[in-house]
Amino acid sequence: MKRTYALAASATLVLTLAACGSDPEPTTPATDGAGGETTGEETATGGDTATAEDTATGDDTAGDSALPDLSGEEIEVAAVWTGTEEERFTMVLDAFEEQTGATVQYTSTGDDIAPVLTPRVEGGNPPDVAMLPQPGLLNLFAGQGALQTLSPEVEAAIDANYDTVWKDLGTVDGSLYGVWFKAANKSTIWYDVEAIDAAGVTEPASWADLVAASQTISDSGVTPWSIAGADGWTLTDWFENVYLSQAGPEMYDQLTNHEIPWTDPSVEQALTTLAEIWGQDGFVADGAAQTDFPTSVTNVFSAGNAAMVYEGDFVAGVISGETDAVVGETANFWPFPAVGDAPAVVGGGDVAVGFTDTEGTMALLQFLASPEAAEIWVQEGGFTSPNSSVDTALYPDDISRGIAEGLIAAGDAFRFDMSDQVPPEFGGTPGAGMWQDLTDFLNNPEDVQGVMESLEANAAAASGQ
Amino acid sequence: MTATTTARTVPAADQRRAPKRRTPMWLVLLFLAPASALLGALVLYPIGFSIWRSLFNSTGTSFVGLDNYARMFTDPSTFTALRNNVIWVLVAPLTVTVLGLIFAVLTERVRWGTAFKLMVFMPMAISFLAAGIIFRVVYDQDPDRGVANAIVTSVHDIFSSQGSYPDTRPRDAEFLVGSDTAGYTSADPVEPGTTIALPMLGVDAGLLPEEPVTALEPEAAEPGTISGTVWFDFTRGGGGEPGQIDDSESALPGMLVQAVVDGEVVGEATSDDDGRFVIEGVDSAATITLPASNFSAPFRGVSWLGPGLVTPAIIVAYVWMWAGFAMVLIGAGLAAISRDALEAARIDGANEWQVFRYITVPLLAPVLTVVLVTMIINVLKIFDLVYIIAPGSSAQAANVLAVEMWSVSFGGGQDFGMGSALGVFLFLLVLPAMIFNIRRFRQEQR
Repeated sequence: MKRTYALAASATLVLTLAACGSDPEPTTPATDGAGGETTGEETATGGDTATAEDTATGDDTAGDSALPDLSGEEIEVAAVWTGTEEERFTMVLDAFEEQTGATVQYTSTGDDIAPVLTPRVEGGNPPDVAMLPQPGLLNLFAGQGALQTLSPEVEAAIDANYDTVWKDLGTVDGSLYGVWFKAANKSTIWYDVEAIDAAGVTEPASWADLVAASQTISDSGVTPWSIAGADGWTLTDWFENVYLSQAGPEMYDQLTNHEIPWTDPSVEQALTTLAEIWGQDGFVADGAAQTDFPTSVTNVFSAGNAAMVYEGDFVAGVISGETDAVVGETANFWPFPAVGDAPAVVGGGDVAVGFTDTEGTMALLQFLASPEAAEIWVQEGGFTSPNSSVDTALYPDDISRGIAEGLIAAGDAFRFDMSDQVPPEFGGTPGAGMWQDLTDFLNNPEDVQGVMESLEANAAAASGQ
Repeated sequence: MTATTTARTVPAADQRRAPKRRTPMWLVLLFLAPASALLGALVLYPIGFSIWRSLFNSTGTSFVGLDNYARMFTDPSTFTALRNNVIWVLVAPLTVTVLGLIFAVLTERVRWGTAFKLMVFMPMAISFLAAGIIFRVVYDQDPDRGVANAIVTSVHDIFSSQGSYPDTRPRDAEFLVGSDTAGYTSADPVEPGTTIALPMLGVDAGLLPEEPVTALEPEAAEPGTISGTVWFDFTRGGGGEPGQIDDSESALPGMLVQAVVDGEVVGEATSDDDGRFVIEGVDSAATITLPASNFSAPFRGVSWLGPGLVTPAIIVAYVWMWAGFAMVLIGAGLAAISRDALEAARIDGANEWQVFRYITVPLLAPVLTVVLVTMIINVLKIFDLVYIIAPGSSAQAANVLAVEMWSVSFGGGQDFGMGSALGVFLFLLVLPAMIFNIRRFRQEQR
């Protein structure tokens, strides 16, 4: 009894000390994984365009006439979006309210949606619809049986408006659960126009061209690459672009599901290829291991320490937000060149899923699968839609149109960010798994074998659980 | 629990004031109920649940016994965390206490003591989060941003100077062999009376003169001399013939070129504004050398947050925050010391060091112990500074148990079983320190 008293008292002391220490609740930093990447996306403005594609098939594809009358129904939607993104998503929801008479309440979860949703799902009080930023979460909740299978109407809308790859990405164990509403294109290389012009380099069509261009830029006296080695997710994105294009989508899927080991020759080939840039003397700006993602961008566009930085479309937001460079004028992008036979697009996105099986939930999901819903946000900017029925002419500027067209053009060669699909302890934890192994590889690009073995060991440990 | 505590104290009171009516049990319980309910719900239940949860797998669906604990001690990342925690516990509390003691003793004696105390205590007013962000910038690799590296590089630059063309390299790697740290030397000797071209690449635009001069063709070499041109063989915007001095290609003035025969420098010249140079006094075939002094790179500072230094760097940030706290506590203890003892020692002929060593410190011992133990508890659960300061590439190297606990449960792993196990382990580590502290409180109350 006395012991228990001491225990309780000491526990109280811990709490008191914790309070004295004023430990702030750790907020997930913006650079922490996919959540951060998603919210980092901002408006892209101006610039050159890829070939226009005839993807606009009109608003009637999804048949919004099919939406039922939902007067008096209340629907709750949860997503990570805040600020401008929240405002714009609310405009989409407003359109839905107008058409159906339902009341939609938007709940923002902040960067980290999983810790908000998990207890609500366990407590039996989930939101009707949630936008999940990772396929991993889709698999997690589907595995728990918390998600509702989409109604035939929603499935029809997806069939009409999306490439097969997106339907597959929304499917878990044969059941279709998700509508991919928002997408990110992570196959873009951003460059400082002045440095590229000074070096006289043009858009590389292949990896060999890119390496040659890097050499020319280096010859011109500018370090070609700024790499954010402190944020492991940027390194996994590098690897994924090379691997997807070089080994092909099938191998990419197999590696993602760990059906082939990380010691596979294809991984060795991809790492060796990557080392042609990562390991080349003078190609990577100093201090890469301690450069975080925003700094890797400002290194190029404010400090002038490097000419190019690779990351997804959200780099445009960092450029406009943190540097004086103007996207489309002094800053621009190239699509990631083909490493193998065909270029490919690695990306991300937000998937809408239903936790309740009400008529309103399914109607909203059906609405989100329509080009009409996407076009509302497309026009406002800062949004890329995976919906191939969206009229790309509606994108507010050439850069965002180029990004969206690249994504749609990739069609079924689009693949979701591998590090978001593998177990998070392997693909999404700072200082562990893929992040750490590729950081080690950046520091020592000669050790292909060691990195492969470490990746395999970590992948095996993560999938073994 | 509550019943026993009352039962233990009440009879003693009864013996003295016998006629007083005994408090009814229900009343005791009534008064204790709110506190016990709160303690139970907020402290006991979470502890119990964590212990229970630590025996289950990541999703909490199957019982795994002590599996999580076994995994904890075989996992290399937990091992790093444990090792770092040991370093923390050994270094940080002691440093904080010693510094606090020094500050407290010194501030008692200086005129502006209060102002000094205020300054040292100031970091306590900042949250860990803010302090972490501050120190992340302090340790930034770029000397223009990080104060630590700004100091290190300025001190370094006093003693060594930077070459004029760091990172510059010869276009013709077969004619000039070497590296920027060793300098470049021609593979074959050059006969006197020849002219040579030294095309260079990779010259940072900032290193060229403000108005770059177009390079000129070398002068014809007279017997006994070697002449040539050093220039930046890259035409802006591309194009240009490699190895040829094209229009508008800049000269590289100030490049030191040496002629070496049998390891001895027989002549040297520095390129002039149009990139030309003439080495005189060369009688026989000589190798041409561009010494490393031309290319020595600027000192980039220390990689404070690299895997090697990250833990000491964070400990410094921690000490910066807590030294003030220790100083205030110790200062209060110091004020309570009886002056008589100090005076008596001085009259007996003790010098100041002896007074400090044999009178002040022993009298302060209880306070020092409290500070030390509090710091140990505090350090064992260190989280914020490590989480914020360590960049992703050093996160593994800086790992501590509390961060590990967070990252396996919320930072991606979603493995709450393992997280709970780590939490329980951390609790066990803190427990002895807490029991010690509680014992002390009890003794003091008697």
